[in-house]
Amino acid sequence: MDWLHSLNPTIQDVLSAIGRAILALIPIFVPVPFMIWYERRLLSWMQDRIGPNRTGNITFSSTSSAVPGFLKGKKIKLFGLAQSMADGLKLFLKEDIMPDKTDRFLFILAPCIALFVALTLGCTIPFGGDKRFSPVADVNIGMLYILAISSLGAYSTVLAGYSSNNKYSLLGGLRASAQLISYELAMGVSLGSMALITGSLKMTDVVTNQSGPLYGMIGFLHNWNILTPMGFVSAAIFAVCMIAETNRPPFDLPEAENELVAGYHTEYSTKRWGLFMMAEYMAMLTFSMVFATVFLGGYQWPIRWDVFDFLENNFLIGIVTMLVKGALGLTAYIWIRATFPRLRYDQLMNLGWKFLLPLAVVNLVISATWIFAKASYGSLAALITVGICYAVLAFIWAMVRHRAKKVEPQYRSRSVNMVPATRRTVEMVSNKEVTP
Amino acid sequence: MMLAGPAALATVGVVASKSAVRSALCLVFNFFILAFLYFSLSMEMIGITQIMVYAGAIMVLFMFVIMLLNPKLIDEKKDYKLPIGLLFGLALFMLLGSQILPKLMTANVPAMEYEVGSPKLVGEALFTTYVFPFEVVSLLLLVGVVGSVFLAKRRTP
Repeated sequence: MDWLHSLNPTIQDVLSAIGRAILALIPIFVPVPFMIWYERRLLSWMQDRIGPNRTGNITFSSTSSAVPGFLKGKKIKLFGLAQSMADGLKLFLKEDIMPDKTDRFLFILAPCIALFVALTLGCTIPFGGDKRFSPVADVNIGMLYILAISSLGAYSTVLAGYSSNNKYSLLGGLRASAQLISYELAMGVSLGSMALITGSLKMTDVVTNQSGPLYGMIGFLHNWNILTPMGFVSAAIFAVCMIAETNRPPFDLPEAENELVAGYHTEYSTKRWGLFMMAEYMAMLTFSMVFATVFLGGYQWPIRWDVFDFLENNFLIGIVTMLVKGALGLTAYIWIRATFPRLRYDQLMNLGWKFLLPLAVVNLVISATWIFAKASYGSLAALITVGICYAVLAFIWAMVRHRAKKVEPQYRSRSVNMVPATRRTVEMVSNKEVTP
Repeated sequence: MMLAGPAALATVGVVASKSAVRSALCLVFNFFILAFLYFSLSMEMIGITQIMVYAGAIMVLFMFVIMLLNPKLIDEKKDYKLPIGLLFGLALFMLLGSQILPKLMTANVPAMEYEVGSPKLVGEALFTTYVFPFEVVSLLLLVGVVGSVFLAKRRTP
């Protein structure tokens, strides 16, 4: 490796940056087929089905002379993992259809933007304590970078919807742009309160800030943000916004099948649709990793013990830790998809603007209170203060809800009488003989 | 220079392209290049805010409006005013260029200190030295928001 050190320092920097970029892409790019398989299997299990469990199994004949002796009657099991490979192969070999009267340039550009966003989102996430290998760029605006890149994701759906020259696609694109703008705000504010607590926007600082003992008192646990009260609220807000940003159920209104055929990618087929699909899964994984970095202590192990320090600083073990945490996030994604029905559009907007955003702003103020109380009176006092704050908030919330319930008339049902109820129509409905 | 060229091309694209969506996309590209210019002056904070606010939020809103209205492509007609306009435009360009170019020839890339645009320093400046103008500007924005809501709500009785 001496020739590397003999190079110009600028070229050395560039080479190491390229190396780090490749190292950052591999853990996001490679798991995609496994993620698709995992989602299908887990979803099938939750829905009492079996799912793809045998594609790629090979059973060798026990009698044929063409099979060598050590393979006779043997089985090679892949548990259906080859299914997503086969699907991918099919997507790339199918006939490529691009409808007439599309805006060709934008039509091709849209999935590329989706892929670009999914790949570059993780560039500021540290995968291990070793700063030589990750993150790609340890910039001092790491959190803002994540917000900026994720806000660009709206372009892929909007452009896909516009360029397809299809009413359903256009509606899907419109919905996507409105949804992404709405949930970006709450996401930004919830990350902002974590930036307040960290005191820095650097992602590596966010991780190292979470490495101390919990509240400075409990020694065997890390000071993970999710274990602090305002961190927990922030994490809940961020998780909801994360699902909305990646257009996953129950926030998949841009691609609601029963209303919009397939939404913004109605006209897409083969490779380009495959790119959208890949981008969605990669965005899910990277968002889960961002969640893990900001709230779950990044590459740290859950128990605080000096022996683990060596493992946490190792890059490869760090990647495995991050991937396990990412897989946890993925499981939550799939679990939520299997549990909740899709939101109505007004519910979506109300949740974003009237619940999550005010909650995030209040949480920001409470985080500031926590910092002040901790600096002045110690962390136990801070914990009590913040607890009182949340109790007061919950009380006010309950009061407001109670008042609102009294003011608004309560309808017993949502049904509408289409025909004014006369004797004749009532008899028609109740299937009686109509007497003239 | 490497950034200024694409930026200028994108600006021409904003004016010249016939479809509104493509104009908006050119503007987004232009904002990106502008952000890179800020990065090259080590103003990371302003650059990333440029991408997040302009490219990420405002232009998405523009796209939303464009798609909602769905304007038709402008069909160009022969216009006798076109050559005259081009002539005047060229004259203005040369006038401005003759003033700016000599200055540009001798200009150097300003050497900024590292970390001068880091969030820490920007935040400190905003909340200590310039706290009053900062709050006044935020109040002005709030007035704008309230005013627009008031105007939009008044139409429906």
